[in-house]
Amino acid sequence: MKYSSEYRDPQLAAAMVTAIAAEVADYAGTMVLMEVCGTHTMSIYQHGIRSLLPEQIRLVSGPGCPVCVTPIRYVDRAVAYARQPESIIATFGDMIRVPGSSSSLLREKAMGAAVQIVYSPLDAVKLAENNPGKQVIFLGIGFETTAPTIAGSILEAARCGVDNYAVFCSHKTMPAPMAVLTADPYLQVAGYLCPAHVSAVIGAEAYRPLVEEYQVPCVVTGFEPLDMLRGIQLLAQQVVDGRAEVENEYQRIVKPEGNLRALEILRQVFEPCDADWRGIGPIAGSGLRIREEFAAFDAERRFHVAVEEPREQKGCLCGEILKGKVTPKDCPLFRRGCTPENPVGACMVSSEGTCAAEYKYGC
Amino acid sequence: MSNDIILLGHGSGGKLSHQLLDELIIPTLSRVAQRDQNDSAVLEGIESNRLAFTTDSYVVDPIFFSGGNIGDLAINGTINDLAMSGACPLAISVGLILEEGLLLDDLRRILESMRQAAEAAGVVIVTGDTKVVPRGKGDKVFINTSGIGVFDHGLRIGGSGARPGDKVLINGTIGDHGMAVLASREGLELESDIATDSVALNGMVSDLLNQFGEAIHVLRDPTRGGVATTLKEIALQSGVDICLQEKELPVKEAVAGACAILGLDPMFVANEGKLLVFVDPHRADDVLAAMRRRPEGERAALIGEVEATSTGRVMMRTAIGGLRAIEMLTGEQLPRIC
Ligand code: SF4
Repeated sequence: MKYSSEYRDPQLAAAMVTAIAAEVADYAGTMVLMEVCGTHTMSIYQHGIRSLLPEQIRLVSGPGCPVCVTPIRYVDRAVAYARQPESIIATFGDMIRVPGSSSSLLREKAMGAAVQIVYSPLDAVKLAENNPGKQVIFLGIGFETTAPTIAGSILEAARCGVDNYAVFCSHKTMPAPMAVLTADPYLQVAGYLCPAHVSAVIGAEAYRPLVEEYQVPCVVTGFEPLDMLRGIQLLAQQVVDGRAEVENEYQRIVKPEGNLRALEILRQVFEPCDADWRGIGPIAGSGLRIREEFAAFDAERRFHVAVEEPREQKGCLCGEILKGKVTPKDCPLFRRGCTPENPVGACMVSSEGTCAAEYKYGC
Repeated sequence: MSNDIILLGHGSGGKLSHQLLDELIIPTLSRVAQRDQNDSAVLEGIESNRLAFTTDSYVVDPIFFSGGNIGDLAINGTINDLAMSGACPLAISVGLILEEGLLLDDLRRILESMRQAAEAAGVVIVTGDTKVVPRGKGDKVFINTSGIGVFDHGLRIGGSGARPGDKVLINGTIGDHGMAVLASREGLELESDIATDSVALNGMVSDLLNQFGEAIHVLRDPTRGGVATTLKEIALQSGVDICLQEKELPVKEAVAGACAILGLDPMFVANEGKLLVFVDPHRADDVLAAMRRRPEGERAALIGEVEATSTGRVMMRTAIGGLRAIEMLTGEQLPRIC
């Protein structure tokens, strides 16, 4: 695929921007369009998309950054695991800097804990194989995009008889939180830009129940700038026309039924469970847990540790930001007490976090 | 030498040390290194009342990566640091910290590329030091290089020289080095046609200064932190605003693709053979043409300009016409990249 040119054509972009403006010219009030995908958050900032939109359209970021929606209790428990002398924590990079109640993995690492960044869960399985005397615990967070590869790592460990590999699982699924946010009268979400990668796994049809129950327009949208503009245009049209449908802007990647193989691997290893979303709270059936059959690879079932009482960072508005209720600039700590070098909340840690994106790209 | 790996004794200062020096290091660096083994080098015949002096340490992991290794990186890096101040690199020192167990063949390859890099840039390695640390206390090889440069002109080139109206030029594609190192790390299956851009820039710098002299206001090599961080530093140092045109930024497709997969922004990825030039707008086209005439400037481009306002901001007009701010790299995006 051409990353730089094909989906970034300035003339096409200008035409779309004009079309969007024309579409909403007579729209009274503010049209709140929400994306729930860290890659979309980044793309909006990176390409300066807000600066191109008419003032009637307000783009807000929802709970789309996997690190950000992970509750502080999870971080605290990961820290407790890291303190066990026999464990090696394996994780994607962003997670190690997330502040917990009183420590972070980065801090534990500096004090001697074994915390290793891996780029793929299969590397974590290899790590376990190479360190037979240790327990490798992989931090399994993220949506349906990362979950299949982590399920794959459990299958691989089972196949190779690697018994010192376990996953500390906190996977979340879409579109459960979108229903909660749609029902929130304070937010008034007029339509959703549905995630690109997640939808490639779960399929465009996954949003149909949401659209039918809440009459809220959903457009599955890619993350290249022209994709984003096209998605916004389709959403604006639906809102103006008073329609609520599932549309798929990202047909070149997303199929109506999704990626059946990935879904099968997910189903084989995981089952749905209730999950706690930072900022939103518990949502029924919005998470994944490891099936009984693979209990041997479930860190929570295998290792019992004392975990401190969770204490949210004082003054951090991450929770409200994840619901799209406030923007980073509303947070008194933004750029003052809270920076990417010294993050107070998770939204400032992950490159996909709204606060980090605003810090890096905001005008 | 009968052994094929580095032993602790190679750092003892005794017989093995001499063997390593006499049989490997000095012969390899022979044409570029001075032969007398005194404790310090004596540089003679310097006629300059200003000297540039710099030092840098290299800990890149892995030590071999696509298009280069820690050896040429260490030579080119220090040459470039000198060149960016407008100085002509004259002499370099090399400090090697070797881990016990390092393959002598690997060391040989590294020294050989150091020799080639120094030779290509016309710089002499005048002094050096070798230490060996026990296995596990280092990581294969670390290199420190220091360098001295002289000025054959009276120009003052620094990060504070940018002026409103200046055009911003770069000599080629961005993000190549960082992505080449990442691509060579285990566990990452990235496209293979990404190679480091590591190259000495002293030739290009002396060309530009000879031809355009005072029209050149700033020279900087965007290494760690990438083009974004370097431009922000210049904006702050000079107290100016800079506006970039995203569509003019040269990025190799493979690099853009790999960055997209890893969630990185090529603007923040390290370069080792790039320089940013701030130039008087009237001479910008000629400077660009001069850069393009050199192999290390084939894909040189005009990427932005300095604006009339002076708040220390760097903005980018995105390819699709949007506007966004550019800040410095925060945290360590990619550890041990050089
Ligand atoms: S700026 Fe920092 S403290 Fe404020 S909401 Fe964002 S992450 Fe939390």
